[in-house]
Amino acid sequence: MSTASVSLDHAGRPNGALNTDALRADARRESRGLFALLSPGLLLVFAVIIVPIGWLFWLSLFDESGQLSAANYARFFEQASYIKTFVTTFKVAFVVTGACVLFGYPLAYMLSQLPRRAAGVCLIFVILPFWTSVLVRTYAWLVILQRKGLVNTWLMDLGVIGQPLPLANNFAGVVIGMTHIMLPFLVLPLYASMKTIDVDCLRAGMNLGASPAATFRQVFFPLSLPGLASGVVIVFVLCLGFFVTPALMGGGKVIMWAMRMEQTTSLYSNWGAGAALGVVLLAVTLALLGLFHWLLGTRATGVWSER
Amino acid sequence: MLLSLAQSALPIGISGIEKRFGAVSILSDLSLDVAAGEFLTLLGPSGSGKTTLLMILAGFVRANAGSIKVGGEEIITMPPHKRNIGMVFQNYALFPHMNVFHNIAFPLKQRRVSTAETAERVERALDLVQLKGLGERRVDQLSGGQRQRVALARAIVFEPRIVLMDEPLSALDKSLREHMQIELRNLHRRLGMTTVYVTHDQREAITMSDRVAVMNAGRIEQIDQPEILYARPKTKFVAGFIGESSFIPVECRNGGVWHEGNKLRMKDPMPSSGRHLMVVRPEKLRLIAGEQTGEINALPATVGDVIYQGDSFVCYATLKDGRQVILRDYCRSDVLARLPAPGEPITLGIDAQDVVLVADQ
Repeated sequence: MSTASVSLDHAGRPNGALNTDALRADARRESRGLFALLSPGLLLVFAVIIVPIGWLFWLSLFDESGQLSAANYARFFEQASYIKTFVTTFKVAFVVTGACVLFGYPLAYMLSQLPRRAAGVCLIFVILPFWTSVLVRTYAWLVILQRKGLVNTWLMDLGVIGQPLPLANNFAGVVIGMTHIMLPFLVLPLYASMKTIDVDCLRAGMNLGASPAATFRQVFFPLSLPGLASGVVIVFVLCLGFFVTPALMGGGKVIMWAMRMEQTTSLYSNWGAGAALGVVLLAVTLALLGLFHWLLGTRATGVWSER
Repeated sequence: MLLSLAQSALPIGISGIEKRFGAVSILSDLSLDVAAGEFLTLLGPSGSGKTTLLMILAGFVRANAGSIKVGGEEIITMPPHKRNIGMVFQNYALFPHMNVFHNIAFPLKQRRVSTAETAERVERALDLVQLKGLGERRVDQLSGGQRQRVALARAIVFEPRIVLMDEPLSALDKSLREHMQIELRNLHRRLGMTTVYVTHDQREAITMSDRVAVMNAGRIEQIDQPEILYARPKTKFVAGFIGESSFIPVECRNGGVWHEGNKLRMKDPMPSSGRHLMVVRPEKLRLIAGEQTGEINALPATVGDVIYQGDSFVCYATLKDGRQVILRDYCRSDVLARLPAPGEPITLGIDAQDVVLVADQ
């Protein structure tokens, strides 16, 4: 007879194995310790995220006279200017994201195919604008694109155009400025995911009879989709709440969501209405993230788990 | 007939291949002929150029000079996707975004094979590698051995003229690797495709191949059938790389080969001159008691360590000149009865027909 079964018989019940209570207490002590280590972080999250968002939501429930009402939310359906701002915001976000994909995908692809050192140098040029203030970069674009800016002057001197092109203080200006600022947010995750694509997979594609173009289409592109998806989500969400560039480059003609918020709170001092704008933006953003996750998430995670 | 590769198997003629990376020469004037339907292994240590040669055959690496002819047709400048050569990669290189079926169907899709025929051929290929019914599995749901089989099925499903394999078993554990060696060998026998196999594992090379080309520093040291390669190595490198060997310096003079003042009895033709080494395999040595008789060379020695390994024992012995040789024998009861003790003087015997000399480089 083994010792284990002897102690079982002696205890007279199945949980009479050795040291179970002490081991359970030890496990509890460990989780308490880990929770204690986590608590400063949790407190910080609570103080800077949960509390302000709750407060924002609370504020949005009161009208100008301080009465509890749904007026701030009703305005979204009643006022045409709100709807127009909403549409403009999404239009800008779509166009900028599209432009980023158009420019960013080939750039990331080139970076991923370059030798290590050359790729490092080129990456610095991608990251460099990150270290310059958005304000500075936006003003720089104004200088370049305005009526008597660099581009128009050169083109007119060369005789390509007779009239200055409307490049600033309009929708085009906003898109150009924002695309420049958003590009790294798309290129970096895309580049990272392209670097994880196994060279042998591409070789296998060609070995099995796919031309280089077919290998790109059937192997490389599908494998780069998870990176593209995360880049697209980051850029799109950042665009929805963007303020500085549309405010400066739009010339007052392109009113985006964040600008509307600024007007409502600082110009009209209507905190309830501003808060409601914030809540709606947050809700829409979360809904979009959920949608992206649902559309691309399953496919993307399928690929990632393989890596 | 399943996949009928036997009719389409073609010989490969490789001649004068040169490959340099900058100033470093990887392959120098390498020539090699592979017969139609042959299983040829490129064996060598890492950096010997065997993988580079395979990459040149597949078309992923461009040689600086040379010619590759498949069935008489020059393919040295042909892009990889037109070469019609199947390849199994070291890490399998399965497409992670496709399931097993679509991985295997990939080469057929490129060749515009009809949907019905594709389904049929993928099914046959799956059957061939014993993965029937796993077509819908995702690649990440497969074990290492199963991935290996999928990679193999994908490389042969389009009935390529030649199959290349780059250390395909190196990621598998020992028992599965040995099992797959036999399976690959049998598959080759059944399908008869011309196969070039790369490995650094000498046992794998000997087990599987019709012929083995031993590569060292960008050159082929020796190319022969496994039995000849093992029994009659032509260079010190081959003797050292394949199997265990001790090397004993011998002298060539007066029309004979001498060791420690004794003329060696040997069957091979004697080398005319130069410094030579006798290649001594552990299992070719035996303990001899009393007078030597017939065609045996006697080597007096002193026993060092005797290590018991269950099925066999290994005896490290030191010759008069201080050189260590190794003797291995199976643990039959008659052998065990007179197992030498450490420090004991013994006489080792090697048959005249087992005496192999290589030049001392």
